Amino acid sequence: MRAPTTDRRPWTFYVLAAVFTLFVLFLYGPMACIYILSFQGPNGGLTFPLNGVSTDWFGALFYQQRTGDIAGAFSRSIPLALIVLTVTVVFSLAAGLGFRRRFVGAGLIFYAAIASLIVPGLVLSVGIGLGFQMLDIPPRWYSSALGAHLSWTLPFGLLIMFAVFSRLNRSYEEAARDLGASTWQTLRYVVIPIVLPGIIGVALFGFTLSYDEFPRSWLTVGPYNTLPLEIWAMTTNITSPALYALGTVTTAISFVVITAALTSIAVIQSHRTRRRVAREQAMHAGS
Amino acid sequence: MGRPGEVELVDCTKHFGETAAVDRINLKIAAGTYCCLLGPSGCGKTTILRMIACHESATSGEVRIDGENVVGLPPVRRGTAMMFQDYALFPHLSCLDNVAFSLKMSGAAKADRRERARRILARVQMVQFADRVPAQLSGGQKQRIALARALITNPRVLLLDEPLSALDEYLRLQMRGELRRMQRDLGITFIHVTHTQPEAIALADLVVVMDQGHIEQAASAQDVYTKPLTAYVARFMGGQNVFAGRVSEITNGVVVLDMTERGRIEFPASNPIPSIGSTAHVSVRRDRIHLTKQNAAGIVNTVSGKVRAIEYQGTWVKVTLEGATSEDFVVNLPDTEFFVDTVNPGDTVRAYWKPLDVHLLVGGAGRTDRPYASGQN
Repeated sequence: MRAPTTDRRPWTFYVLAAVFTLFVLFLYGPMACIYILSFQGPNGGLTFPLNGVSTDWFGALFYQQRTGDIAGAFSRSIPLALIVLTVTVVFSLAAGLGFRRRFVGAGLIFYAAIASLIVPGLVLSVGIGLGFQMLDIPPRWYSSALGAHLSWTLPFGLLIMFAVFSRLNRSYEEAARDLGASTWQTLRYVVIPIVLPGIIGVALFGFTLSYDEFPRSWLTVGPYNTLPLEIWAMTTNITSPALYALGTVTTAISFVVITAALTSIAVIQSHRTRRRVAREQAMHAGS
Repeated sequence: MGRPGEVELVDCTKHFGETAAVDRINLKIAAGTYCCLLGPSGCGKTTILRMIACHESATSGEVRIDGENVVGLPPVRRGTAMMFQDYALFPHLSCLDNVAFSLKMSGAAKADRRERARRILARVQMVQFADRVPAQLSGGQKQRIALARALITNPRVLLLDEPLSALDEYLRLQMRGELRRMQRDLGITFIHVTHTQPEAIALADLVVVMDQGHIEQAASAQDVYTKPLTAYVARFMGGQNVFAGRVSEITNGVVVLDMTERGRIEFPASNPIPSIGSTAHVSVRRDRIHLTKQNAAGIVNTVSGKVRAIEYQGTWVKVTLEGATSEDFVVNLPDTEFFVDTVNPGDTVRAYWKPLDVHLLVGGAGRTDRPYASGQN
């Protein structure tokens, strides 16, 4: 092989860079347009150019008569996502711990759980909707929709916990036991702290998958829409930049949630390092 | 701190599915002993350690500590503490909190447990690392923290699973010395699993040589090395050449071992005396053998072969002959003797030794005879 004699990059670098640029443009270009257009002036339309700049359309979101029940949709979607988050974390963690021990039927249960990832969301939604109707239970966001969302988030959470636990060395638990920890103490002081970043990942997935979910919500929310359904309804009957403002607001919320999760992971991981540095500085200052 | 602990295994068996990892083991380790369980991987030594530690339950048999059957008791109630092969230090806790972990579990107050943890950290010279997390430590430092964490439970028996295998050569020798010193200071029982013969010999009061779930020999380091019980032990410990032959006659207290075309070995009979006509195994230490280029007459206590390899080892020279026995025949010559009359690869030479240096392997071949597919050393 010839040793590289210059810093010049091979032609493949430029091809791949161009492909990547196109990808980024395709991904973020339309979104950027929507964010910009959401600041359309009061007399502006749905397309460029901007006719002045304002935040009027954000205000318009909260007049139900004009744009649908956005505030109400938020008040259902956020609690729903939080409930899904909690249930997903608790059950994924428990299942992850359970699957660490080989038990009869483990494979079967695993594949049964994963299968619900493959079932099309709309079909599942129809099925749950019909099921509730047959049982004469009115579908609501906190019952039928919650179940539908969990059918989606639990397998995801389970897969993540599998990956997390497969990297967890069993000797940590044995060491804890050796040092006199009970099963609960081992879980509380050793296992959960070590897998905490993974748990936060599961929580993040649980929240965002539920908050964004359309097909599984479709026939399961009952008379009161969650946010994605409300937005969809709006696209069919309103044609004002308020739609774009809504897109901007929901993106901002997702962004805040993701940032919070990633920040907390980073904080957990650097926590002790910083504490150590602080202590060492204190020691040096004292000496 | 700590009380000495006598460990006894009675008919201990452990099955994993169909295979017996440990098969009806009986072993008594006196209180305050440094014991090394030695054997190739898969011989069951780690399983024994884990059964004593309660991380593995025996399929049948008893584990007794100071006379009490501890099967079913958790480690803390047994008075055992284990140092894991990879140390298993909790990555999210500082060294101080790692060491204080068992005190926290038993409900000691924070100030008290930190104070005690600091004291034990001082003992392993790690106080200045108290606030570090394990990821910021070197291998040797991790080992000391793991040792401190195990010792803070005041164990009667400390169990060490290949504690030195993750360290480089220099640190391994250093930590080896520290472990031995620590054991002498504490006066408790150490049970140390290793697959390295020099480590076992250097450390142990009691060396337990294992193979395929059985104990081949349990004796002092000196006995295991100089008076191996079986051909397996002789080969596994190294430093020996093993011969097999038929006992053809015993006259005037001299046993004659006939190896047909390879000649005869004669050695003084001592208890137990093999019966005439039986197959016997004997060993001769590599450093008790001499070489000569003269093809002196005689076929007693001598073999000839072609020099295959010569390795200079500083104070001695390792000469490997082929054709002398069915396996490689190794002679360790003092450098002074070697350089008087140097041999070269390809030379045909004759090796000879004294009858008194022949050791009868009273246990015969041993379970598998050869410890490795191709001989080590």
